[in-house]
Amino acid sequence: MSNIYTEIILDHYQNPRNFGEIKNPTKKVEVANPLCGDKIKMMIVFDKEKVTEVKFTGVGCAISTASASMLTEYIKGKTKEQLKKIDKNFIIKMLGVSLGVNRIKCALLSLEALKKLL
Amino acid sequence: MFNLSQIKKDFPIFENNPSLVYLDSTATSLKPRPVIEKLVEYYSKYSANIFRGVYSLSEKATEEYEKTREKIAKFINAKSKEIIFTRNTTESLNLLAYSLGRKIIEKNDEIVTTILEHHSNFVPWQILSQESGAIFKVININQSGDLDLYCKNIKNQKSKCKMTMQNSKLINLDNIITKKTKILTLTYISNVLGTVNPIKEIVMVAKKINPKIIVIVDAAQAAPHQKIDVLDLGADFLAFSSHKMLGPTGVGVLWGKYDLLCEMFPFNFGGEMIAEVFLDKTFFKDPPYKFEAGTPAIAEVIALSEAVSYLEKIGLEKIETYEKELVQFAYQRLKEEFGKNIKILGEGNIKERSGILAFNFYNLHPHDVAQILSEKNICLRSGHHCAQPLHQFLGVSSSCRASFYLYNDKDDVEKLVEGLKEVRERFKI
Repeated sequence: MSNIYTEIILDHYQNPRNFGEIKNPTKKVEVANPLCGDKIKMMIVFDKEKVTEVKFTGVGCAISTASASMLTEYIKGKTKEQLKKIDKNFIIKMLGVSLGVNRIKCALLSLEALKKLL
Repeated sequence: MFNLSQIKKDFPIFENNPSLVYLDSTATSLKPRPVIEKLVEYYSKYSANIFRGVYSLSEKATEEYEKTREKIAKFINAKSKEIIFTRNTTESLNLLAYSLGRKIIEKNDEIVTTILEHHSNFVPWQILSQESGAIFKVININQSGDLDLYCKNIKNQKSKCKMTMQNSKLINLDNIITKKTKILTLTYISNVLGTVNPIKEIVMVAKKINPKIIVIVDAAQAAPHQKIDVLDLGADFLAFSSHKMLGPTGVGVLWGKYDLLCEMFPFNFGGEMIAEVFLDKTFFKDPPYKFEAGTPAIAEVIALSEAVSYLEKIGLEKIETYEKELVQFAYQRLKEEFGKNIKILGEGNIKERSGILAFNFYNLHPHDVAQILSEKNICLRSGHHCAQPLHQFLGVSSSCRASFYLYNDKDDVEKLVEGLKEVRERFKI
């Protein structure tokens, strides 16, 4: 496996975007990967079909945190229909690194949260 | 000590991976050449089923298979008819929960275990308690990472306790074991903290309170690293795995006192465990065969014998001493380099530990630490190591774990230190 800790991933890990809580979200979910102890809480506000606000909190490794940070950045302003199209390949492309079978689970935790929010 | 450069040569994996730093023997050990060759010998020379054929190949296979049973019996000072081959320690313990636990546990009985357990010696008993309405009690650890067995009130007597920790006479199970405790099941060595429990003393004190108590020992992390004498320990059952003690995967051992094994119901039904079958009833063989239904892992059992020979040739006492020295060296080096930024779990009583160091590095996630180390061919475990209750108790969600065996050396420790420096650099700490 090549270096998965690229500048961009480290940046999102150390300075995660949209990190925090929303007071009155439309919906709130919590997902966990008990195997590594990762937990992500994600909150979202919809204006009809459109995402106006999204935030997340939790503990995780660099990959799961960067993935949540980058994903929340992307989904702001998108419609539910657009978000339904996001899949595993999208996340891999977004992160821009190739992950092994064990680490891909870390990257997909935020996707699991998003799916539950839709 | 023993000749280390020679030892690495005995493990072909180092020939194929010259830069390998293998620090995950607690998960599974590497295999020496005689074990691998024995597997090949079975498949290329006498790969017949056991017990079934009257032809010579089958007889040879059966003979080799039974030789391992005798060898294992001697290895732990037991009788060969008390040795049952299973798939692994997990299956040995589940066998007990089903065949023994479900027979003797009733509502309001007590099952006692500890917070140090691997899930495989925790969940089967937790589930059994839930099913039967029994009381499930879990012994905690103190700040040093030792079982909290020594003083009634650890908070008020902390300083006093520390001084007397290893004095077995002070083991106090009065608030833990009662006449209602039918089973006490505990690990010999913690697979996370490396704590070595004083099994012999615990058994003695427990049986004094309740002579009918059944004591089960999970020796998965003990059998590879120190001499075990089941008669001396005084427990009733003991389980361990071949693959952690240089042997092949797919073989576990369950030792039990013969009269208890006779009383137990079979775990699986099928071939080889049957004495006679009629339309309306079935009679089973005597132990150990009663518990070995179906074709077992024949090659693996046969090759386990070579692993035992290898360990005995070096000597388990020597291995134990060597590992203790190595783990203390590792502890010292890691503390020197990283100080407070490396948090070793249960470090209070490090001198009494087996060759395991679980730690957290800065505030980094163990997966990220292990990932960067893996780029340098350093293998260590990250996660909760199948001991979630312990991690919850310690207030961490996961940890890194470096474990040492006879083929590790100080050079491996230095490479780990260098690797961790690289981790720090990569995360710009």
